[in-house]
Formats: sequence, C-alpha cells, structure tokens
Amino acid sequence: MLSKKQIFTKGILAVAPHMFSVIPFGIVCGAIGIELGFSPILVYAMSIIIFGGASQIVFLQLLSGGASALIAVTSVGVINSRHLLYGAVLSEYLEKLSFIKKLLISYLVVDQGFAESNKFFQKNKNETHLHYHLLGSGGTLWVCWQISTLAGIILGSFVPEELGLKFAVPLTFIAIVVQDIKKLDHVIVMITCGLSSLLFFDAPFKSYIIISPIIALFVAALVLRLKK
Amino acid sequence: MTWLTIIIAGIITYFMRMTMVALVDRNLLGERVKAVLAYVPSAVFPAIIFPGIFINDYGTFIEMNDPKIFGAIVAILVGYFSRNVIATIISGLFSYWIIIFLL
Repeated sequence: MLSKKQIFTKGILAVAPHMFSVIPFGIVCGAIGIELGFSPILVYAMSIIIFGGASQIVFLQLLSGGASALIAVTSVGVINSRHLLYGAVLSEYLEKLSFIKKLLISYLVVDQGFAESNKFFQKNKNETHLHYHLLGSGGTLWVCWQISTLAGIILGSFVPEELGLKFAVPLTFIAIVVQDIKKLDHVIVMITCGLSSLLFFDAPFKSYIIISPIIALFVAALVLRLKK
Repeated sequence: MTWLTIIIAGIITYFMRMTMVALVDRNLLGERVKAVLAYVPSAVFPAIIFPGIFINDYGTFIEMNDPKIFGAIVAILVGYFSRNVIATIISGLFSYWIIIFLL
C-alpha cells in the first residue's frame, strides 16, 4: 500500500514530461490574448476561471472577431463537454470521496492529468488514496498553466509565431495514446474519432470535439459486441 | 461584459468537470457502459490530435507534404519504441523545425 505522499509524487512525475507541451502552449495562449487586444488581467484571469487551454483561445478569438457572448460561452461549453466523459471514467475511482472533496478535485481535472491518472488508476485499483494521484497531476498542471500563460502575457509578441509551438499539443496527446496502437480495437476507435473530427471540423461551436468521441464510442460498443 | 462572459464560461466548464464525478451515481451505469468507457482516451484524444496536424490556423486542410505530417510520424515512431513522453514531444517538434527552418 502506497502512502498519500508517494501517490501524490507519482501524480506529479506522471504529468511532468507533458510540461514540454503545456508550457509552450500556455505561452502561446497568453501571447494570443494580448495580441488580440485584451487586457492582461482579463487574459490571465481566464487561466484561473476557465483553466482550459484550447477553450481559452477559442473564446478570445470569437469575442475579438465580433461574435456574441452567447456564441463564445456556448463554444466553451461544447469544447469542454468532453470532461463529462472524463468524469464518467474517473467517478469509479473517486466514488468513496466526500461530496466536498469531489467538488474540489473536479476543478483540477484537465486532459493530460486525466489521461495519466487514469492509467495509474487502472493499474492500482486497490490503493486507498488514489485521488492523491489526481491532486498531484492536476495540481502540477495548474501551477504550470498559470506560470506559462503569465509568461506568454508578459513576453507577448516576443514569441516567434514561426516556431509553430501549438504543434506541441497534438504531440503530447500522441505520447498519451501511442502505446494503444498495439491493440486493434483501440486503433479502430482512434481512427474513427480522428477521421470524424476532420469530417465534422466545420460543425458549429467546435462541436467536432464532442461529436467525434461519441461516434467513436458507438464504434467501441460495436467492437465490444463483436469481440464476444 | 467580457468579465461576466468569462465567469459564465468558467462556471459551465466547472460543471462539465464536476457533474459526472460528484452528482451522478456510478451504480447507475451498467456494466456495458463501463466497458465502453474504457475506450474514452482512444475515443477523445484523436479529436485533438488529427485537427492539430491536418488542419492549419486558417481552418483549411494542409498539403500532404506539410512538415507537421512528417513531425507526427517521427513522434509516433519515437513514442512507440521509447515509451517516453519527452522524447515523443521533442522528436516531433525538432523534426518539424528541421524541415521548416533548414530544408
């Protein structure tokens, strides 16, 4: 049985390598906000209030492009609706926590933290202090996100656009799923999701980000049925 | 006005994060649903990966000789064999930079 501190440390170490993508993306995110003409305080406050990279950029781009508040809010909601899926997966492991702790820990769930903590949970189902892993991973990502978006706000236009730092985002997620390409069922699900996301990319409110996972999960259900 | 919009967007995002963890009873989900949920990472992350590679900042498809495709292939190979997140990200970024800056 691992101690709370050991599991917390494992959570930190699990997401630490993702900083190579989170930090550049955070810098880009802060810099874009300033470039679009928003006040530094407002751009930074989003990192605390929304705390979600892609949705922060889309939000500012929409508002600066003259979209209504309703459209901006709807888009953020749609983009972040994938968290309903993460929550459904995590709920199994967080079941025993008190209601208050569930409310608090939810704020810290982001993509990479979910991915790495979920991998740990699957392998260590019997540990008692599982949620400390999520605190470690989510807490680390939170701190790095705050620092890097702040750095982007300060550096602003010093960040050369030619570097294409946003490309670090797909790379970090490749690192997360790449070991599953050994499994045919997962490959089918991944390709379904990927192709759907390209097909529905122009759907309103960036809804491709939730439409394609839903299609992929239906395919996963079919695959499960065929496997039996 | 912008502040209010951000706060509402934040509250909605928080509810997305919190709902399934805190408000929904896990026992309501059947065994089949739980089995399907095991595919969530494979069913969600490609929706971030594919557009991040194949669609550019202007929302249009890239050319098939775009350096991002090369960078992604390098990252997949390095990631698969090294099982190392840092190596995956760095190899992908560097191979992408080599093509856009040196070739």
